[in-house]
Amino acid sequence: MSVAQTPDDTGAASSSALHDTRTVLDGAEIARALTRVAHEIVERAKGADNLVLLGIPTRGVFLARRVAERIRDIEGRDIPVGSLDVTMYRDDLRRAPARALLPTDIPTSGIDDKVVVLVDDVLYSGRTIRAALDAMNDIGRPRAVQLAVLVDRGHRELPIRADYVGKNIPTSHSEKVHVLVTEHDGQDAVLISGGTTTESSATQDTTTEAHA
Amino acid sequence: MSETTYIIRSAKILGGEAADLVLRDGIIAEITAAGAASYDGAVEVDAVGLVALPGLVDLHTHLREPGREDAETVETGTRAAAAGGFTAVFAMANTDPVADTAGTVEQVWRLGHEAGYADVQPVGAVTMGLDGQQLAELGAMATSAAQVRVFSDDGKCVHDAVIMRRALEYVKAFDGVIAQHAQEPRLTEDAQMNEGALSGILGLRGWPAVAEEAIIARDVLLAEHVGSRLHVCHVSTAGSVEIVRTAKARGVDVTAEVTPHHLLLTEDLVSSYDPVFKVNPPLRSRADVEALRAGLADGTIDIVATDHAPHPVEDKDCEWSAAAMGMLGLETALGVVAEAMVATGLLDWAGVADRMSVRPARIGRLEGHGRPIAVGEPANLVLLDPARQRTVSASALQSRSHNTPYAGRTLPVTVVATFLRGRATVLDGAVVSAVHA
Amino acid sequence: MKRHLLSAADLDRDDALLVLDTAAELASLTDRAVKKLPTLRGRTVVNLFFEDSTRTRISFEAAAKRLSADVINFSAKGSSVSKGESLKDTALTLEAMGADAVVIRHGSSGAPHRLAHSGWIGGSVVNAGDGTHEHPTQALLDAFTMRRHLAGGSGDLEGRRVTIVGDVLHSRVARSNVLLLATLGAEVTLVAPPTLLPVGVETWPCATSYDLDSNLSKADAVMMLRVQRERMNAAFFPSAREYSRRYGLDARRMAQLPDHAIVMHPGPMNRGMEIAAEVADAPRSVIVEQVSNGVSVRMAVLYLLLGGAQLGAPGDSLDPAVEA
Repeated sequence: MSVAQTPDDTGAASSSALHDTRTVLDGAEIARALTRVAHEIVERAKGADNLVLLGIPTRGVFLARRVAERIRDIEGRDIPVGSLDVTMYRDDLRRAPARALLPTDIPTSGIDDKVVVLVDDVLYSGRTIRAALDAMNDIGRPRAVQLAVLVDRGHRELPIRADYVGKNIPTSHSEKVHVLVTEHDGQDAVLISGGTTTESSATQDTTTEAHA
Repeated sequence: MSETTYIIRSAKILGGEAADLVLRDGIIAEITAAGAASYDGAVEVDAVGLVALPGLVDLHTHLREPGREDAETVETGTRAAAAGGFTAVFAMANTDPVADTAGTVEQVWRLGHEAGYADVQPVGAVTMGLDGQQLAELGAMATSAAQVRVFSDDGKCVHDAVIMRRALEYVKAFDGVIAQHAQEPRLTEDAQMNEGALSGILGLRGWPAVAEEAIIARDVLLAEHVGSRLHVCHVSTAGSVEIVRTAKARGVDVTAEVTPHHLLLTEDLVSSYDPVFKVNPPLRSRADVEALRAGLADGTIDIVATDHAPHPVEDKDCEWSAAAMGMLGLETALGVVAEAMVATGLLDWAGVADRMSVRPARIGRLEGHGRPIAVGEPANLVLLDPARQRTVSASALQSRSHNTPYAGRTLPVTVVATFLRGRATVLDGAVVSAVHA
Repeated sequence: MKRHLLSAADLDRDDALLVLDTAAELASLTDRAVKKLPTLRGRTVVNLFFEDSTRTRISFEAAAKRLSADVINFSAKGSSVSKGESLKDTALTLEAMGADAVVIRHGSSGAPHRLAHSGWIGGSVVNAGDGTHEHPTQALLDAFTMRRHLAGGSGDLEGRRVTIVGDVLHSRVARSNVLLLATLGAEVTLVAPPTLLPVGVETWPCATSYDLDSNLSKADAVMMLRVQRERMNAAFFPSAREYSRRYGLDARRMAQLPDHAIVMHPGPMNRGMEIAAEVADAPRSVIVEQVSNGVSVRMAVLYLLLGGAQLGAPGDSLDPAVEA
């Protein structure tokens, strides 16, 4: 889960973050990464006839749709795409006021006996994916669950790993990873900001980023 | 009669010129220029800056004894009265048993006398058991040791027109007065608060102003028709003030009272659903408060009467509809009247003395109280500090109960001393435990 | 959202939409294999019902259980419980048992306010109906139902015309609905005989009318309120027959509604009094759907009150943390 860097966000942390931000992936690199990931998914699925992509809202959903489009270009077949909101399954609910829910949209073909590929923008502590696994447990029983992420920034706190990674980007805890997607932010980019020890967003790190 | 002689130094009589007062043998023995009085062995009371008024007289108090001693007793109620600057209170008849016989009124009268904090003048019920059906033995109560002159079914309305007529006629024989609690019962069944836009929003059954006004209108016409005196308890609406004003202009012998809380508080307080604000008649609108103040200022409303109504904690610490109606009033009356009437320039201290001492004593035919502050008069006095504020604490009251709507509120004056026939019941702002003379 | 839900007026437009949007997400729960979410695990919700109401109590119970909360039901038949003691002492007992939320239905207007502000309990208070005052979750489920049929299931109710008919004077459903619908931008008209409209209703954010027939042809939704026959004994109307003739929704009147208009009723219905049986059972009647929407809406309310950090002191208003 990335820290929101949308135009409607305000706050000293984000405005100061923009000052010392560097781009680690531009639009073209993101596109190539997604294409490679799509190929890897198809290769491992050996035909892709029972694949379902579920994006973790918000940006994971857009990425999932793009991967599905690429798979359709490769295989000539439509892959069911949906979204899976994990808010209700988070392990840190009590730390902040109740969060608004994001949409959960499971394709009508369901997930029973399917190979579900979860799609998210950033993999960090692994807690979001743990919550997604619990959420899916109450929805059905996939044959297998795989994980595709655009960015793996390290610092896992649970035994979770990604099957498909767009780019590995080692980071320090004091840095923040911002993923921008055109559908939501007007452009495609992966940015890293911060890196100093006087981060004002130290608490933000634990409540927002640490659950990617 | 007390043994101690007091010299009250430099008190402002009725808020006017400062003077010394010598209280001896139960009367005002001397009034001299400030600083001039002297008497061997007298106790000095420093009254610089203080206002001296005749001891206040409350025509409408609920002392709850006999029957509800968990809420108040004659002793605790009269302590509260003294703390509020009162030297006499009229104790309403809705006790248990009801004060509808000579025996019960004499019991109450005696309890007041024994406690010694204030004179207790019992009010007799109009009807047996307050049932509104049959007249009580008004004559027996009038000739009893309690010498009852004021009769009231307060708590309930004498709603039957024939009973009210007969009562008005009957008391003429002994200069009695019927004090009516004006509330048409059918229009106010299970009523919870003033009827208006707010009651509709809060979902509380309304108590319409017309239920009070219609009874007052009827009663002044009856009083006029039979040539009798009428007193109207706790007037609470602008319309009621108008009716009394019109009746007086016609020459009807009607007097009216207003409570301190109806001079200050409005129905907005009910939005909190806190039953400390539940009272009968209910708190009304801003316009009603303004009309009541104007009525008290111009004398249409003759007196302030507290309707002091103690209730135990469990009768107020609950949901609104289950709560009892009533507020404490004795200890805060002077402060509330000061805020509502004196601070606003509607009444001066002489006016307060008139409305809270002189006229109540006259209406109640009570001798010895409400007298001028003059040599030879009984030494029933209150000294108040018009410059010292007092924050009301519900737990620090003399009353056995705590249901004051002013908890936490700061009132503009403080009672410093109260004298009952020359004996101090309050000194230095604190109640003096009575030594029975 | 504030710490308590006592009145529909506690919700501003953003709060109201948040509840409705959350309910919409939770409504899809019924399609899942496991109709349960772990979110309120470890929280205790007490249903404190001083008035009989099986329907509402079960609705709150289902809502709490679907969120994995522990539910304790307390019901006290009002008349035999001695006044005062019962509410306070009951509240103190619940606090000792660790109630995180108390859902209270009481016959006395303002009882939830007392519970919330007296200091007897520390948890959240949800008003499930107090006397003739309010019933905010009913208004929420009514708005949710209207939104589904009249606004595509999202956004507010801007410009929608809602006619509410019946005993407004004694109706907590009417009060909450008028407040919430105004917040959501709807135009409300109350229809009742003059005796059943409260003094001061002209200050409410709605129109009023004594005539039902002239308020049907443009209505998007008609909500019929329960009218008790016994009211005629207090002279609110002369007879049940006259009431139902002048203010009852029968088939003839239903035919005057626009095609898309829905018929609603909070229940329980007095079939033949305020609503004809054939109207209650007609396709455009959403009365049964209102009930199932009630569970989703109550889940949303419980989640927003209890699903996050303990909301602050009474009166606090906190926006939920929204994350990308």
